[in-house]
Amino acid sequence: MSRIAVIGGGIIGVATAYELAKLGEEVVLFEKNYFGSGSTFRCATGIRAQFTDEANIKLMKHSVERWEKLEEELGADIGFNQTGYLFLATSEEEVEAFKANIKLQNRFGVPTRLIDMDEAKEIVPILNTEPFLAGAWNPKDAKANPFKTLFAYLRRARELGVDAREHTEVVGLEREGEAITAVKFRSNGKVESVKVDAVLNASNAWAPLINEMAGLKRDLVPIKAYKHQLVKTEPLERGQAEPLVCPPAWEDAYIIQDGEDGGIICGAGIEHEAKSLEDVEPTYDFLRGVLRYAVRIAPPLRYAHVVRQWAGFYAKTPDSNPAIGKLLDNFYIAAGFSGHGFMMAPAVAQAMAELISKGRSKVPLDWEWYDPYRFERGELRSSAFQIG
Amino acid sequence: MGGKKIVCRCNDVTVEDVERLIDSGVTDIEEIKRLLRVGMGPCQGRTCIPIVISILARKTGKRPEEIPLPKARVPIRPVRVEVIVGGADE
Ligand SMILES: Cc1cc2nc3c(=O)[nH]c(=O)nc-3n(C[C@H](O)[C@H](O)[C@H](O)COP(=O)(O)OP(=O)(O)OC[C@H]3O[C@@H](n4cnc5c(N)ncnc54)[C@H](O)[C@@H]3O)c2cc1C
Ligand code: FES
Repeated sequence: MSRIAVIGGGIIGVATAYELAKLGEEVVLFEKNYFGSGSTFRCATGIRAQFTDEANIKLMKHSVERWEKLEEELGADIGFNQTGYLFLATSEEEVEAFKANIKLQNRFGVPTRLIDMDEAKEIVPILNTEPFLAGAWNPKDAKANPFKTLFAYLRRARELGVDAREHTEVVGLEREGEAITAVKFRSNGKVESVKVDAVLNASNAWAPLINEMAGLKRDLVPIKAYKHQLVKTEPLERGQAEPLVCPPAWEDAYIIQDGEDGGIICGAGIEHEAKSLEDVEPTYDFLRGVLRYAVRIAPPLRYAHVVRQWAGFYAKTPDSNPAIGKLLDNFYIAAGFSGHGFMMAPAVAQAMAELISKGRSKVPLDWEWYDPYRFERGELRSSAFQIG
Repeated sequence: MGGKKIVCRCNDVTVEDVERLIDSGVTDIEEIKRLLRVGMGPCQGRTCIPIVISILARKTGKRPEEIPLPKARVPIRPVRVEVIVGGADE
């Protein structure tokens, strides 16, 4: 048994801590604020296998299969529901692109199909069909509650012996040669140190700072924080817009009905590089911009009330694919999820835990595709489609 | 009296719900808010958050002033979408 430190109490860190404990490892999990306080509790709840490249499709297919069994495995309600994703095309060229994506997804067993607007209207009763030509529909895509999911993982992790500490910030790493030997952390103003056999950097937007503590260049894995926002309406009758509905040509604008209270969550790819890692102030420009798209997607939303707006980070890499793998002999990273880390967590956590504990994994994760050293080598992947 | 004491009227959360969660070890108000959805209703917690804070204070032996208020979300009061997007200009 080795002692493994996991830095970052978002969904990736918490789920990996759980998977490591399941493999019999001793785990200390550090979260500088409260669990979920980074991107995780600010996300739009969406889970999809509709990607446009082989690596992400395969990984997400596996992840969705894990999501399907997660409530049973963790013994808790996590609000998982396969309500689908519906992408909408506004031009003939887009319809052709959808067809190519669908073909690729079908090849790896993802059951996406092209549907006409009559069928789309049955699936999303409040949809404005007029601007759209066709939809790419995968009924197996899903949503889950990020609060319940994180706490379900955390509870099981603690039951398996994980020492999970919040309000505890990692402030330094001790390195000998190509290995990290100890983690320094601060809680209640006191700095302490713990000896470790391996370390996982799961701090997403903060990951470059942790890499620097490990003696690596800050921009070795060039993750930047972009402010993304969401707006939510008052609860509507269930079934009005259960899938995530997104016309990519409209700045990736989307709507999805909240699985808990039935409010409509409205998002869009209207983004700005964050001024700092504290910059989570919502903006009026976003509110107005996103709602203009939302009422074009679903006109009845015009008469709903907005009840909340919030902001968080997309921790973005230059190709919008995460960095997953090994940085030093015993120092690992899973970060830079670029807006789709919640959905990937069950698969990535399992893969990462197996890599750390056994040196290899049976999860269909293409390690080369996500290699954290690819940026330094100047290799970029085809850009992963970003939105929730 | 049904014996069920409501803390949050917007989201139907009881005193027992809050106490049970605190007893299970969750004592951060930001976490209590998200797990029970207290303070996440249309009133933004104006009624319920002070009650949650007093329960939390009693349970943890802290003074209510020591417990930070959860971050409030804009808008302060619900606004109709059409007011924000303007007239029929699409
Ligand atoms: C508006 C919005 C919508 C989104 N929608 C979706 C969606 O629909 N589907 C989807 O899959 N994803 C979505 N995402 C992305 C998703 O939220 C993230 O990819 C995911 O939560 C990343 O999880 P994480 O654990 O890697 O990071 P985080 O949740 O950010 O966790 C990292 C943690 O590390 C902690 N930390 C940092 N430094 C230190 C330190 N020195 N010591 C200790 N702890 C530290 C931070 O406090 C933080 O809690 C969305 C994101 C946003 C902002
Ligand atoms: S009473 Fe709790 S949010 Fe309104």
